Amino acid sequence: MEKINVTMTVNGKEETLSVEPRTLLVHALREHLDYTGAHIGCSSSHCGACTIDMNGKSVKSCTVFAPQAEGAEILTVEGIGSPDKLHAIQEMFKEHHGLQCGYCTPGMIMRSYRFLQENPNPTEEEVRFGISGNLCRCTGYQNIVKSIMAAADKIRDEANVEKKEIA
Amino acid sequence: MIPSAFTFYKPDNIEKAISLMSDFGDEARVIAGGHSLIPVMKQRLTDIKHLIDLSGINEIKGIEITGNQISIGAMTTQVELINNEELFKKAPIIREASLQIADPQVRNLGTIGGNVANGDPANDMPGLMQLLDATYKLSGSNGVRDVKAREFYEGAYFTVREDDEILISISFDAPSGGYAYEKQKRKIGDYATAAAGVILKVENNMCSSASIALTNLSDTPVYCNKAVDIILGKEIDNNILTQVTEACVDQSDPVADQRGPVEFKKYVAGIVIKKALTRAIERT
Repeated sequence: MEKINVTMTVNGKEETLSVEPRTLLVHALREHLDYTGAHIGCSSSHCGACTIDMNGKSVKSCTVFAPQAEGAEILTVEGIGSPDKLHAIQEMFKEHHGLQCGYCTPGMIMRSYRFLQENPNPTEEEVRFGISGNLCRCTGYQNIVKSIMAAADKIRDEANVEKKEIA
Repeated sequence: MIPSAFTFYKPDNIEKAISLMSDFGDEARVIAGGHSLIPVMKQRLTDIKHLIDLSGINEIKGIEITGNQISIGAMTTQVELINNEELFKKAPIIREASLQIADPQVRNLGTIGGNVANGDPANDMPGLMQLLDATYKLSGSNGVRDVKAREFYEGAYFTVREDDEILISISFDAPSGGYAYEKQKRKIGDYATAAAGVILKVENNMCSSASIALTNLSDTPVYCNKAVDIILGKEIDNNILTQVTEACVDQSDPVADQRGPVEFKKYVAGIVIKKALTRAIERT
């Protein structure tokens, strides 16, 4: 099958890929661009391990064809922090032991990243509903929820400090 | 899981999309949010040679409310339905039902058009559209036509839509009265074991208008006309609610699957119908 060109912005960098139209976005990210943060768990839009941000919304990248992402702004876990400078959510997952095997973690973090922008001051119940499209088979979710609640506090505190500094 | 190969088109208006559909016939399919279609393509349960992405067609997106008339473009996503405050004021049952569909990521891409046009009896929106007595607008090479949601579904995945037609919008009048959409599912993201929607008005303790519909309890969504006939004009008491619930369950025709045997599904149907009736009455 003939390949087509797809252009998207991934983690701030414009990328043009030559792919078959049937290429799934998660494969495009992992195999063509080497962003292996998005994991392939169930490949059937249930588990959420492939969750990324597309045009400011959380999506499961196993259920999007690469050409559907033409022109899109994509953010993967590689784009929100680095080993020397973790994002507040990554730091809190580390601090509160929000992972065991780690397979679901990039999806959990990317979903939390968007969820906390949609709802910066969530209740525990809202966090659980917010991550209901992401499955974890190790933790029983307790520490994941704790990590996200702690990250929400930290992000709000940081925002307040910034506001004071500006004032 | 990788689907078989296809060519990809992204027309920027409905005429181009329809012309592609007439050129390719049943080898072509349109894709909206893709969250029903891509999974079956991955399982290679369907052979699609030409995929037509509707996301570039702006004229079939968005929610229009004029007085009590509500019109929703087929490419409107579930999250857009949930977040629209004006729609929530006019038809709060849409938010209540939409929040019970799949999970946040799926609702970000899943569309109302895909949900109703696919003809999957497990989808929630077709049942909701029975309830609201909605009208679907279909556009094809022979022009545009309106079809009542109550006449659209013929069987599982079979609808009156012709191969070259595309569902472009859905319209209905804002409902009035109490409402509830109750869904029993095994887990978030699962389809309903049984779901029921109710809209009704009670005046002087008498039911003055009613609509009741079921999801995933037959090979099409079910509009419970017999139950509606029973409740109309009657005083609301436990006896009448039991009769109405029984009439709804009688109209259901579920099949046994991984969610349970027929007897269990009918039992669950009775529970969700009763819950929906009770909550709708509380909200009148």
